[in-house]
Amino acid sequence: MRLSILGGRVIDPAQHLDEVLDLHVEEGRILALGKAPAGFHAEQTLQAEGLLVCPGFIDLSCHLREPGPSYKGNIVSETRAALAGGFTSVCARPDTQPPLDSAAVLRVVREKAQTAGQARVLPLGALTQNLEGQLLANMAALQGAGCVAVTNVRRPVQDNLILRRCLEYAATFDLLVIFYPEDPSLAAGGCAHEGALASQLGLTGIPETAETLAVSRDLLLIEQTGIRAHFSHLSTARAVELVREAQLRGLPVTADVALSHLLFTDATLEAFDSNYQVQPPLRSEADRMGLLRGLKEGVLTAVSSGHLPHEKAAKMAPFAAAEPGMSSLEVVVPQLLQLVADGWFGLDVLVDRLALGPAELLGLESGALLPGYAADITLIDPEASWQLDEQSCCSAGHNTPFWQQPLKGRVVATLVDGDVRYTTREQQNH
Amino acid sequence: MSSAQNNPAHPRNVQLTADGRLKHFLSINGLSRALLTEILDTAESFANMGEQAVKKVPLLRGKTIVNLFFENSTRTRATFELAAKRLSADVLNLDIKTSSAAKGETLMDTLQNIEAMHADMFVVRHADSGAAHFIASQVTPRVAIINAGDGRHAHPTQAMLDMFTIRRHKGGFEGLKVAIVGDILHSRVARSQIRALHTLGVEEVRLVAPKTLLPIGVEDLGVKLFTRMEEGIRDVDVVIMLRLQKERMSGALLPSESEFYRLYGLTTEKLAYAHPEAIVMHPGPINRGVEIESAVADGSRSVILQQVGYGIATRMAVMSMAMSGQMQERAQIQ
Repeated sequence: MRLSILGGRVIDPAQHLDEVLDLHVEEGRILALGKAPAGFHAEQTLQAEGLLVCPGFIDLSCHLREPGPSYKGNIVSETRAALAGGFTSVCARPDTQPPLDSAAVLRVVREKAQTAGQARVLPLGALTQNLEGQLLANMAALQGAGCVAVTNVRRPVQDNLILRRCLEYAATFDLLVIFYPEDPSLAAGGCAHEGALASQLGLTGIPETAETLAVSRDLLLIEQTGIRAHFSHLSTARAVELVREAQLRGLPVTADVALSHLLFTDATLEAFDSNYQVQPPLRSEADRMGLLRGLKEGVLTAVSSGHLPHEKAAKMAPFAAAEPGMSSLEVVVPQLLQLVADGWFGLDVLVDRLALGPAELLGLESGALLPGYAADITLIDPEASWQLDEQSCCSAGHNTPFWQQPLKGRVVATLVDGDVRYTTREQQNH
Repeated sequence: MSSAQNNPAHPRNVQLTADGRLKHFLSINGLSRALLTEILDTAESFANMGEQAVKKVPLLRGKTIVNLFFENSTRTRATFELAAKRLSADVLNLDIKTSSAAKGETLMDTLQNIEAMHADMFVVRHADSGAAHFIASQVTPRVAIINAGDGRHAHPTQAMLDMFTIRRHKGGFEGLKVAIVGDILHSRVARSQIRALHTLGVEEVRLVAPKTLLPIGVEDLGVKLFTRMEEGIRDVDVVIMLRLQKERMSGALLPSESEFYRLYGLTTEKLAYAHPEAIVMHPGPINRGVEIESAVADGSRSVILQQVGYGIATRMAVMSMAMSGQMQERAQIQ
């Protein structure tokens, strides 16, 4: 199969590229940029005038809900949502039911993803058995079954000796370890950023130190054990600074921020809207500024969706009793484009943090439009006006504050291995 | 990113009609001094009813009021029930134990089932902050919701009966210094009182407590913080004592009841630091010998029992006003 994407504005930070170029694909791989090689005849062409042509995005943290309660979503619905959001690969969180702590479960997830034929699924393995923080998971077997990293997600290993052993064992196989830093006792019972507003509203707060204390401990153990490590979903400016200092000391650590924390603060609490109930909690405006700066300056190497789809009833409860999480995959692009429009960073940074940054972290030959790489490509119409509603939404989770709100900028086509797996109806008629 | 003014989910926009009348009563937040004064004046008109031979007015005749208590309360429920009956409403009392599993669904289903019975007003007490707001904004907006206490967030009818008490005994609010003493951290009453006192224009609101019982950032509400009782109540006109729950010792918030009583218990000696005509209030039920000495609770400066009586008049005022606003809005929609 030969395909050409014609006349689009190609943005590829790996090659410092931002210009209008044609892009040619052969046998699922990128063949060339610019003029078609001699003798190349495309069987399919995509007209991309006015569109951004980017390497396919990679999400470092996404909940696919399978195995688990199917009313919250499944691999088919959520990998479809990933494509609609421009993500050609998504890391699947291991806190499923049962958790991704055995090669068998991992294989089932990969097979289901294969059958679904939507976005690629890169499973994250559990760091400990059943994510209980007691016994080592079979990490070598998980690696053999295709996990790209191990993590205990937001159930941090509390016992420092056990954590040290986990990290040493992961280092044996050069496995990347992902931390969701939170001190469980400081965070216990909390549902909101500890601050004046949570106090006024009578919501139990989670202090900044719940995150910074955990990051500090983890950094010391990372240094001691020499593992490759990544922090996911940082929420405080102080934690960004801790990671920055560690990077300056030469530690191989990186971090990401979830979309919601770049957009919202604890000011959203006032209306008790449970759509804003997320983990970690939305913090202060100073924290949001610190996260945006960290992202711009490259301390934070990725933006993750933090996608957590829920059925309606999970959110139909008073704030503290609602289940945490936001359905985010499909609004990442319009919201980050808004931050570009607001002058926070350029399109090159946007594409870097969504594609190249995650690819480098996971050691994938991806996240760039280099000849020979898999043709994972995202096409964006930066001017398209649309809204997320029953018609357009692919995810089973409608739990987002952007539901039925006007959005600007939209993913119009997503290619995996050179195969056009997602297009909007408008793009089909193009 | 959310702006209070144009956010329809903001508390002030949820509980008021388009022309600024009460249609739910969820929190003091966002209510004007004029509206709070209207509540107090209305309560005043009901205040002497208890002494009359026929203790009823027909304001809510034919209306159905459901007391939905997801959390136990004898006294608050009793005063709401009496208030509703004196307004001639039909009253149904429901005590609902929440199961921890599928909490959200249970609450939603319960409420919608009762709404289907054509209830006109829910009086709701719930252990989660924001529960009343959630019900009013998302579950049953066509039923007037009166917040009878939600988590640590608000207990606005208690705050209004306290304001009623202060106005009756002090004549008004201007120039008053008010100290709230004890477990501020867990107190929905204190949170509502602070807002009401500020809105009604007292000179100074002080909070007196050890640092473990003061919420982080509470000074943003414009209050003065004191950790020493003698300084905190010096020259105040009103001392409001809060109930100390026994379980506070287990959360490492306090070492012992006796140490708390020694430092923050209101004794005759400590009360001497307050203004000679200071009144002593307590939302009840009181713990004698934990936060207040019996001699003070039963003494001449105490208005604790009067507060209970004023509770009925204040709740009648709020219920009649919210019902009227809700009816007006329903009429406009139809």
